[in-house]
Parts: sequence; C-alpha cells; structure tokens
Amino acid sequence: MARGGLLAEYRRAWVKLVRDPSSAIGMVILTALVLSAVLAPVLATHPQDVWDVHTAERLRPPSADHYFGTDRLGSDIYSRILFGARSTIFVAIVAIVASLAIGVPIGLIAGWSGGLLGNILMRFSDIFLAVPQIVLAIAIAQTFGPSIENVILALSATYWPWFTRLVYAEVRSLKNEIFIESLVGLGASTPRIVVLHVLPNVMSPIIIRSSIGMGFTILTAATLSFLGLGAQPPDPEWGRMISESREYLPFAWWYAAAPGIAIFLVVMGFNLLGDGLRDVLDPRLRRKVEK
Amino acid sequence: MGYASVWKILPIVLSRAVWVVPTLLGLIVITFVLSRVIPADPVALAAGEAATVEQVEALRVKLGYDRPILAQFGTYLGNVFVGDLGRSLFTDREIVEDLADRLPATIELTLVSMFIAIALGIPLGILSAVKRNSLMDHLVRILSVGGLAVASFWLAIMLQLLFSMRLGWLPLSGRYSGFAPESATGLLLLDALLDLDFDSLSIALQHITLPALTLAIPSMATIVRFTRAGVLEVLNSGFVMYERAMGFPESTILFKYVFRNALTSTVTQIGLVFGLLLAGAVVIEAVFNWPGIGLYAYNSILQSDYNAIMGFTLWAGGIFIFVNLIVDIVHSLIDPRGTA
Repeated sequence: MARGGLLAEYRRAWVKLVRDPSSAIGMVILTALVLSAVLAPVLATHPQDVWDVHTAERLRPPSADHYFGTDRLGSDIYSRILFGARSTIFVAIVAIVASLAIGVPIGLIAGWSGGLLGNILMRFSDIFLAVPQIVLAIAIAQTFGPSIENVILALSATYWPWFTRLVYAEVRSLKNEIFIESLVGLGASTPRIVVLHVLPNVMSPIIIRSSIGMGFTILTAATLSFLGLGAQPPDPEWGRMISESREYLPFAWWYAAAPGIAIFLVVMGFNLLGDGLRDVLDPRLRRKVEK
Repeated sequence: MGYASVWKILPIVLSRAVWVVPTLLGLIVITFVLSRVIPADPVALAAGEAATVEQVEALRVKLGYDRPILAQFGTYLGNVFVGDLGRSLFTDREIVEDLADRLPATIELTLVSMFIAIALGIPLGILSAVKRNSLMDHLVRILSVGGLAVASFWLAIMLQLLFSMRLGWLPLSGRYSGFAPESATGLLLLDALLDLDFDSLSIALQHITLPALTLAIPSMATIVRFTRAGVLEVLNSGFVMYERAMGFPESTILFKYVFRNALTSTVTQIGLVFGLLLAGAVVIEAVFNWPGIGLYAYNSILQSDYNAIMGFTLWAGGIFIFVNLIVDIVHSLIDPRGTA
C-alpha cells in the first residue's frame, strides 16, 4: 500500500472518530485531562497546598473555597487532583512507549523470521502473559522498592508482550500478502520491507491497543500505589490518596470520592477512545458492527 | 467413553500440557532473578538491619548464597519443586503452609464472584444484543464500559462506606463474625450447607456479599461484552438469515441456534475472567480484610516480606497457568475448530 493512501485513510478515520459519540466523549475527557495536567499551577485554587501542611484546615468538607474538600494534612484535594493528573499521564505514556519499544520490534522479528527464533521469542513473551499482570508487577515493584519510576518499570516489563503477540499475528498474515511477496521478489532488503511496508500496515491495531493499554496501565499504576508500592507521600497520586483516605471514613467521604472519580473518568476516556478507534480503524470489526 | 475417543483426546491434552513446563520454568526463573539476582544484597535484607557483618556472612554461607549463581538456581528450582518456598519473615512459618491455610478463602471468594459474573453477565449480554440500540442496550453498554474503568479498590471502599458504615446493612470486613465454625472443606458456605446450619450460612453470606460483588464487576463487564458481540455475530450470520427466511419462529432461532453458538465463545473467556478475579483478589481482600492469599500478599508488601511475595507470585502464577490449561483443553474438545 502506498504511504499517501495510508495517510488519506487516517484522515478519513479522524473524521469518523470525531463523529462517533463514544470516541468523541473519550477525546473530550482526555483533552480535559491533558489540560488539567498542563495548566495545573494555573487552575489549582491552592497550588502551594499540594505540598504544604495546614493542620488547622484538615479534613474540611467540599466548599466554595475547597471544591473537593481538604485531606488529612489540610491540603486542597482539588489542587492535588490536578497535580496528580501530571503523574498519571507521565506514568501511562512512559510505560506504554517503553512497552511499544520492547514489544513491537520483538513482534516484528518473531513474525517475520518465524521458525525456531520466532518460536523462542513468542514462548518468552508467553511467560509474561501466563501470570496476571498485577501479580508480576507487585513482585517487580517490591523488589526494586516503592517509587513512581519502579511502577513504570513494573508496568513496562509486564505490558510489552501484548504488543508482541499482536504484531506477531499481524505480521504472520501480512507475510502472505501479494504486495509483500512482490517486494521480496523484487529484491528489497528485509529491513526495508519490514520498516517501510510491514510496520505501517500493523499501525492500526497498535494504535487501538495503545489507547486501551493507557487506561489499563493507569488502573494498574493506581492499584500499585494503593498497595503502597508507588508514589510516596507527599506526592499527589490518585491511588495513594485513596489509600490514605481509608483511615478517615466514613466521616471524610470526599477524601476518597474525588480521586476515585478522577481515575474512573480517565480510564473511561481511554477505553471509549479505544473502542471508537477499533470501529474506525479495524475494517474486519467494522463490517461486523455495521451490519 | 471408548478407547477411540481417549486416543483422540490424549494427544490434544498432551500437546497443551507440554507447554506448561517451559512456562512454569520461566516463571520460576523470573522469581529467582527478582529475589536473588537483582537485590544488591539479599542476605543483608534477610538478616535484618541489626545484624553484624559476621552474622550476615554466616547467614550467607548457611543459605548457600556464596555459591555460583547457577548452583543457587539449581537449589532454588529443587526447593520450589518440592514445595519449599522458604520461611516468612513476618509469620515465621513455612510460606507454603501460610498460603495453603489461606487458599480456601480465596477459592470461595473467586468461585462466588465467578458465579455472580456469569449469572448476571450472560443474560445481560444476550438481552443487550437482542434488543440492540434500545434503552436497555445503551444502559448495559454504559455499565459494561464503566465496569472496566472503575478502580476496584475504590469501588470496594465506596460500597463499604454506603452499605456497611452508613446503612449498616452488611458487615464491614472479614469472613465471619467471631470464630468461624470448625471447617471440613475450608469453604464456609459449603460447610454450612452440608451441615444444614442456616445461621452460619446467613452470617457467611452477609460477609461475602460485598467483596464478591466488587470482585465480580470487571469480570461481569467482560462477559457482557463478549456475549453481546457473540450473539450479534451469530444473529448476522448466513444461517440465521436462512432460518428467518424459512419462517422459523424467532424464539426457536434464538434459543436453539443463536445462544448455543454464541455461548461457546463466552465459555472460552473463562480463563481470562479467572485472571481478572485472581488479580482483583489482592486489592479486594486487602480492603475487606478477607483472609485469603491476596490479603497475605498485601501484608507481605507492608512488611517487606520478600520471600512471601515471591511465594505468592509463584502460587498465583501456577494456579493461573493450570486453569488456562484446563480451559484450553476443554475448548479444544468442545470446539471442533480448536483441534485443527
């Protein structure tokens, strides 16, 4: 497929994506997330509160001054949520980019070469898929010690096989396509075929998987932080905030409510976008849905 | 079952079972690397902060950590093989005993959750597909997208807040009030049923309701999605169109052909669902103080009990691999396409 054709296809996909209600909602949520992360210092009503302690102000219910109330140290929860959006985005993007960087090349090599090498690479990635992600992530994060960096490490080390498996399956079926066979017949070098012709054609499933993976990664990262393996106080991290709030229930319900709703909305945003992308980009599924 | 079918099934079972060996071995390598190779000094960790240099060196020789890495791995592998996962620093018991004591509570919770997820998920998925684009369909779809987006530990806390702390309808945490009766099977619900002890049954049911429901929600959302997609696919297939053209009653088409075909694909998702449940069990057990292997893992994290966490990883991974093997075998037996 010519690359210009692919670009035109993506432009058409974009138009469809904007018109699809669920992915449109997803994009609105994610735009809000990015804006609140970038503009956190401007939007926050008490930016300095995020790290400062005001014991006189602790555990105040939501009010005009503190939209989402205050926490155990008297910090403004609304401001902390905004700053928390930064670490949420940071963790998800770095973990997914790292998973792509590991998973896609292994999938390309395994799928293109096949045979013994392909088999060994796939069996290796299967080991990581053979254990529920959070279980392995707990073991890794615990070994390296609790910190945001090690949460990212644990997430990347456990998520890359999803990309490998996906790319492998796509490359196996692409290899039998006539245009790829023609390129081989024309004497194009293997790296040229794989990078310029195979990779662009497996981009759609990779993009879909990345969107869903971002949501999944955010949930897992929040879970690790909730278990005490992620961000350490006083850093504003949503999962950590929920775990701190448990001591003050049922009285300070707002303390637990706000970060949970934030996680829910953001993961929902990525999942809706992923569903929309699947309908728009994946022609096999599109036919099924439209019937 | 005749010999012929046994001879047909055996190769399938063996070809699937063979892959379990390298996968389990890989898992053991991972836990070995995490517990022995990556920490700068695992012996100092095990000895504790108060230990002198001499004590650490003595422990190093005693534990065999002064030997070459491959020899250490050989010992590690042998120990795991005979079920020796070391001692817990916190409970000071064999980790295998700790895990075995707590496993029934996790099995009970997982089974009840799986029952809830299937009993609600399949009918909702079917309804949603048959009444496509109705209000009902939209509601079910919103619930299923939401069910996969919610952090289960947060949902657990919110349900506790509402049903236990505010309304007082259900117990806040734990598996039983006071001391649980002597257990024959390890599963309190089953014990109570077998003894016809309805008081205990009621107490146990009240305790399991919230954790099982919370744990079931992501799995239920997954089952709804697969069932809906499966039913829609069959509804749009050629043979249903043919049956409609032949004038078969809609109910016959639905019950006799559509559901049976669609459910095969849902059944194969049970392995995936089980993974969701096992993964969710860690946080759900932590929030509800449910005395299973998930709570054990959580406490081990709090106590930095490395051996116990690796033991949990091996057990959880092993159980997951085993369940998937069974699902895989069952799938290839019931689905003729799977045997190719």
